[in-house]
Amino acid sequence: MQPVSTIEGRAIPFGRKNVDTDVIIPAHWLKTISRDGLGAGAFETIRAEPGNIFDDPQFAGAPILIAGDNFGCGSSREHAAWAMLDLGIRAVIASSFSDIFAGNAFKNGILAVELPQAEIDRLLEVAETDPIAIDLGSQTVTTPFQDRFAFAIDPFRKHCLAEGLDETGLTLARSEAITAYENRQLAEMPWLNGTMEHRTEGSA
Amino acid sequence: MASRPRTLYEKIWDAHVVETRPDGTSLIYIDRHLVHEVTSPQAFEGLRLAGRTVRRPDLTLAVPDHNLPTTARLDAAGARLPIADPQSAAQLAALEANAPAFGIRYIDSSAAEQGIVHVVGPEQGFSLPGATIVCGDSHTSAHGGISALAFGIGTSEVEHVLATQTLQLKRSRTLEVRVDGLLGHGVTPKDLILHIIGVLGTAGGTGHVMEFTGQVFREMSVEGRLTVCNMSIEAGARAGLIAPDDTTFTYLKGRPYAPRGEDWDKAVAWWRTLASDDGALFDKRITIDGSAIEPTVTWGTSPEDTAPIGGTVPYPESFADPAKAEAARKSLSYMGLEPGQRLDEIAVENIFIGSCTNSRIEDLRAAAAVLDGRKKADGVKWAIVVPGSGLVKRQAEAEGLDRIFMAAGLEWREPGCSACLGMNPDKVPKGERCASTSNRNFVGRQGPGSRTHLVSPAMAAAAAVTGRLTDVRKLG
Repeated sequence: MQPVSTIEGRAIPFGRKNVDTDVIIPAHWLKTISRDGLGAGAFETIRAEPGNIFDDPQFAGAPILIAGDNFGCGSSREHAAWAMLDLGIRAVIASSFSDIFAGNAFKNGILAVELPQAEIDRLLEVAETDPIAIDLGSQTVTTPFQDRFAFAIDPFRKHCLAEGLDETGLTLARSEAITAYENRQLAEMPWLNGTMEHRTEGSA
Repeated sequence: MASRPRTLYEKIWDAHVVETRPDGTSLIYIDRHLVHEVTSPQAFEGLRLAGRTVRRPDLTLAVPDHNLPTTARLDAAGARLPIADPQSAAQLAALEANAPAFGIRYIDSSAAEQGIVHVVGPEQGFSLPGATIVCGDSHTSAHGGISALAFGIGTSEVEHVLATQTLQLKRSRTLEVRVDGLLGHGVTPKDLILHIIGVLGTAGGTGHVMEFTGQVFREMSVEGRLTVCNMSIEAGARAGLIAPDDTTFTYLKGRPYAPRGEDWDKAVAWWRTLASDDGALFDKRITIDGSAIEPTVTWGTSPEDTAPIGGTVPYPESFADPAKAEAARKSLSYMGLEPGQRLDEIAVENIFIGSCTNSRIEDLRAAAAVLDGRKKADGVKWAIVVPGSGLVKRQAEAEGLDRIFMAAGLEWREPGCSACLGMNPDKVPKGERCASTSNRNFVGRQGPGSRTHLVSPAMAAAAAVTGRLTDVRKLG
C-alpha cells in the first residue's frame, strides 16, 4: 500500500446520500479475478446519464469525491474501492460511511473523511469551481478560501495509512499470541477449534 | 467471577479476543470462514504474491454460488455442462484451483451440498452458536440467526483471515431491536425485517451490532431467524444476533459439522450461557409492535422504502428531510410509479423466489402453500423458484413442492444466488418489475434498469397468481 500524506486537487461534488455499492460498481463487473481495470465500470449507471458529473471534463482525474450520508452502503465488495482507485479517487469526504466500505477504503489507502453535513455542503459549493486539500498529518480539510475543517481518524488507521503498512504483515508478527489463543480455545472449546470432520455418510 | 451483566454480543466478543492494543483495537479470532468465488480470487492471489499460506484451512469452507447459472449443471450422461460466460467460468475455475492448492475443503458446483454460502453454513452445522464467522459477502449477517457473531468482510480482510485466522477490529456499539407482540396471520419474518428496516433506515444500525429480542423471535424457526438477521446489513448493522435456545439446538443436532457426543453436551452447556444477561446495557434500543405489522413491500430503490401492502406510494414531499424527498422523487421516476398509487395495483412481470434471505425449505413451503392449485397470471412472463441449496432442493422435491411450482407455471431451478444480484444469467429485463424475495432493491440490482419490489415468499407467490403486488391474506 502506498503511504498517504496529502491529497489535493479537484473534488467531484457528487453530494448524493446512501450511495450503494451497486451504484459504485454493478455486480456484472465483479466477475473479474483481478483488482485492476474496474474504473471503466465505476458509477456506470450514473455515467449512462448525459451530462453526468463523473464525465464532466473539469473533474477528469479528480482525486476526491464528496458525498452525503451512508456512503458505500450495501455489499461487502472491495471492487467498489478498487473501481474508485482505478478512476483516480484517493479520498472520499462524506457525512457518514457504511462500516464495511470504510474498512475496504482504508485497506486500499483511500482516505474516508467524515465531516458534518454543514461542512460537506460548504465543500460541495467550493468544489464546483476550486480545488480542495486533505492533510492526513494535521487531520484537516482546507479550501483556497480559508475554510479549515478538522476530521477524526482512528489512530491505528492513520498510522497504517501514513506508513503504507500491510496489516496482514503486522498481524502475522503476532503469530505467537494467536497460537496461544488457539491452544486455549482447543482446551476449553474443542468443538470450535478442533479439526472438523464431516460426519454424514455418502456426502462430500 | 462476578461480572457486570453482558449482552450476547459482548459475550461472544470477549470469548474471541486474542489481544487488545492500548488504542482499543482487538485481534479477534475467527472460528469459521466461508469462501465463495467472487470475492476470493484476489485474496488468494495476494497470498501467493506474498508467499503466505492459509493458517487454518480446516476451519475454512469454500462453495461457489454467485456466478453459477441455475439451469441444469449436468448433462444426461452426468458430465458437467460448461458455463457459457467466460468470465464466470474463469471465476469458478479459480476457486476450484485455489481451494485444493491451499488445502481448503470445497463443495463442488454439482454436489448435493452446494448452495448459497449462507444457506450452506447453517445447514451443514458449519455455523455454530457463539462462533465468529466471516465471509466476503455482506449477508454473512444471516448466521446471527443461529447465534453466531457473523459479518461480511472485504477481499483484503478475506486475505487477512486466510493468512492469520483473525481480524483487527474495534468493538461495535450494540442496538437492541425489541419486538413486542406476535406477528399476525400471513405476516412473516421477512415482513418483520422489512418493517424494521423501514423504521431504522439503511444507516440506523451503522457502527452497531443488532440483537433482536422479544417473544416473536423465541417462537420463530431457525429459518425465520436467519431471514431476519440476513437483512441486518440493510439497516446498516454489520451483524445481527438472536439468542440461542432449544430451537437452535434441535436444528443443529446431527448436522454434518456439528459437534457430537461429549463435545455436543459441552457446547450446549456453553451456548446456554450466551443469552444477554438481565440488565445488560445496549447503546441504543428501539421497540416495535409486532402485532401492528402487515405484509410489507418496498416501493423505492432503498430497502428502507417500505410500506404495508394496504398502503400507497408515498408523496416525496411527505418526507421531512429534503434529501430524502429528492431521493424518493428519483426512486419513483426509476421505478415508474406515481405518488398516491395503491401498492396492490402495481403490476409485476417477473417473480423471483430465492436468495440467501428466502430460499430455505420453510420459504419454499410458504410459497407453495399459496400456489397450490393455482396458476400464475398471464401477465407474469418469468417466474423462477431457486432453492438455497441442493439439500433444500431435494427436501422440497420429496415434499412435492417442485410439482406445485411447475403446475402453477413457475420454473424450478438449481441452487445459487440467481436473480438477487444480476451477475449470472438470471436477470430482470430493463424497465420491468419483479416481486422478489431477495434483499436489495437498489438501482440496477437485478439487472440494468430492473425494478425490484422486496417481498416475502408468500407475497411473491400471491403476486405470481394475480400479476400484481397482492395482500396474500386476501387470496384466502
